[in-house]
Amino acid sequence: MYEAILIAGFGGQGVLSTGQLLAYAGMLEGKHVSWIPSYGPEMRGGTANCGVTISDSPISSPVVSEPTSLIVMNRPSLEKFEESVVPGGLLLVNSSLIDIKATRKDIRVYYIPANELAEELGDARVAGNVILGALLELTGVVSLDAVEKSLREVLPAHRHKLIPLNRRALETGAALVRRSTAVRAG
Amino acid sequence: MAKVLMKGNEAIGEGAVRAGCRYFFGYPITPQSELPHYLAKRLPEVGGVYLQSESETAAINMVYGAAGAGARVMTSSSGPGISLMQEGISYLAGAELPCVIVNMIRGGPGLGNIAPAQSDYFQATRGGGHGDYRVIVLAPASVQEIIDLMRLAFDLADRYRNPVMVAGDGILGQMMEPVELGEEEDVQIPPRPWAATGRMGGEKKLINSLYIVPEELEQHNLKLARKYALIASKEQRWEEYRLDGARLVLVAFGTVARICKAVVDRCREEGLAVGLIRPITLWPYPQKAFEPLMGKVDSFLVVEMSLGQMVEDVRLAVNGRHPVHFYGRCGGMLPVAADVVQEVKKLYGGEGN
Repeated sequence: MYEAILIAGFGGQGVLSTGQLLAYAGMLEGKHVSWIPSYGPEMRGGTANCGVTISDSPISSPVVSEPTSLIVMNRPSLEKFEESVVPGGLLLVNSSLIDIKATRKDIRVYYIPANELAEELGDARVAGNVILGALLELTGVVSLDAVEKSLREVLPAHRHKLIPLNRRALETGAALVRRSTAVRAG
Repeated sequence: MAKVLMKGNEAIGEGAVRAGCRYFFGYPITPQSELPHYLAKRLPEVGGVYLQSESETAAINMVYGAAGAGARVMTSSSGPGISLMQEGISYLAGAELPCVIVNMIRGGPGLGNIAPAQSDYFQATRGGGHGDYRVIVLAPASVQEIIDLMRLAFDLADRYRNPVMVAGDGILGQMMEPVELGEEEDVQIPPRPWAATGRMGGEKKLINSLYIVPEELEQHNLKLARKYALIASKEQRWEEYRLDGARLVLVAFGTVARICKAVVDRCREEGLAVGLIRPITLWPYPQKAFEPLMGKVDSFLVVEMSLGQMVEDVRLAVNGRHPVHFYGRCGGMLPVAADVVQEVKKLYGGEGN
């Protein structure tokens, strides 16, 4: 098993912490993991991304230049990174904020209205976990339980009341892609 | 003990604290600012002192002062900041003061950029300061190895009364990986009878690098040279990877060595006998790693994030007995495994090997 996942969006969308959560869950499952942020001359409100690698064997380069899966939370990220996905790879598009379609025909594409689903759950801030839930369902890279356990370990005790909401967000994303099939562009 | 997910820069800080370091002086610079950030919180917890200096020049001289007073002390920076510290590093080496200096290397020369690079290899191993001196240089390749090497860095600094540099790159500092921290030990810092902690009725203790009489400075230089020769004979460290029957041997350190391991695996799958030497000490250079391979391999390929600096040390170690080739990316660009595999295939079994 080798998954190189790139998660990209606006600063403030929780892109980096979603990636950390995923890496932490992989660690709890005893896999080799690495997480690396973009650390260029970024600014608040600008784009941010991180690469997470989860593998059964030691990770050579932590840099995710050819993702097997790509999550894009905003339009500039789709435009910038769509080309980098490996053929046959997976692309998850946050269709709440991205009004264009992917153009690649050799990858699986899912459109997920993550912000709207998160708002229906009661908090727009769990949009990242809605789309993460979809990724877990489609790749099986880590279990949903491992992500919940990671939240329990990473969040301070007074934030633990948010865990059920985050769990529902993950399940919502997973359920959505269970019901639908990949959309191919073109 | 459970693993924790940690950034490389944070691991340097935690590794230093666990090695008994209680004093940090530095000035922020990307891509290592998480390290002072971490220590600003962590050092006061263990009764230590974190101080942000007004400049890198000030920081290295604060290190000189703390080391002279017998403390386990550290500073860190990246490229341009390390350049500013060179005068102080020369003084520390001349005065034989133990300390640890971290360089998370970024693209240069000049202001360059903040992306990962290995182009400070010459500066680290040849000495960017003046005079006949050497600095021990350690090059970790993973967040776990950072934890392990920080302890070694402080121990070597004490054992030889010499500055030790830990050289990483932007990727190593920024990435998170699981680490096993182990139990926190009660570190016993070796006694420092030379430290300037007061005369206490005994001999005067003067920490200085000034030897105004040529005969005396020559004796001091020769004494330092004997120390460096001892370090060179006893402290070479490296990792070997799939060298069994290798015809072409890759040589790479730090982040690039990780990429080269993937290259070795891919080549071996295709039936090419390729292996890897990963220097862990950049000075002393692990020349001993090369001797057993002489006459048994075809050639070497050195891969670096620079235009070719360590390749000179490989050529010195091989000493004309085999061809030594080079492949590098620079400016903050990373060698891609597929490109290195292509380079291997060009050289493997070809003419001039």
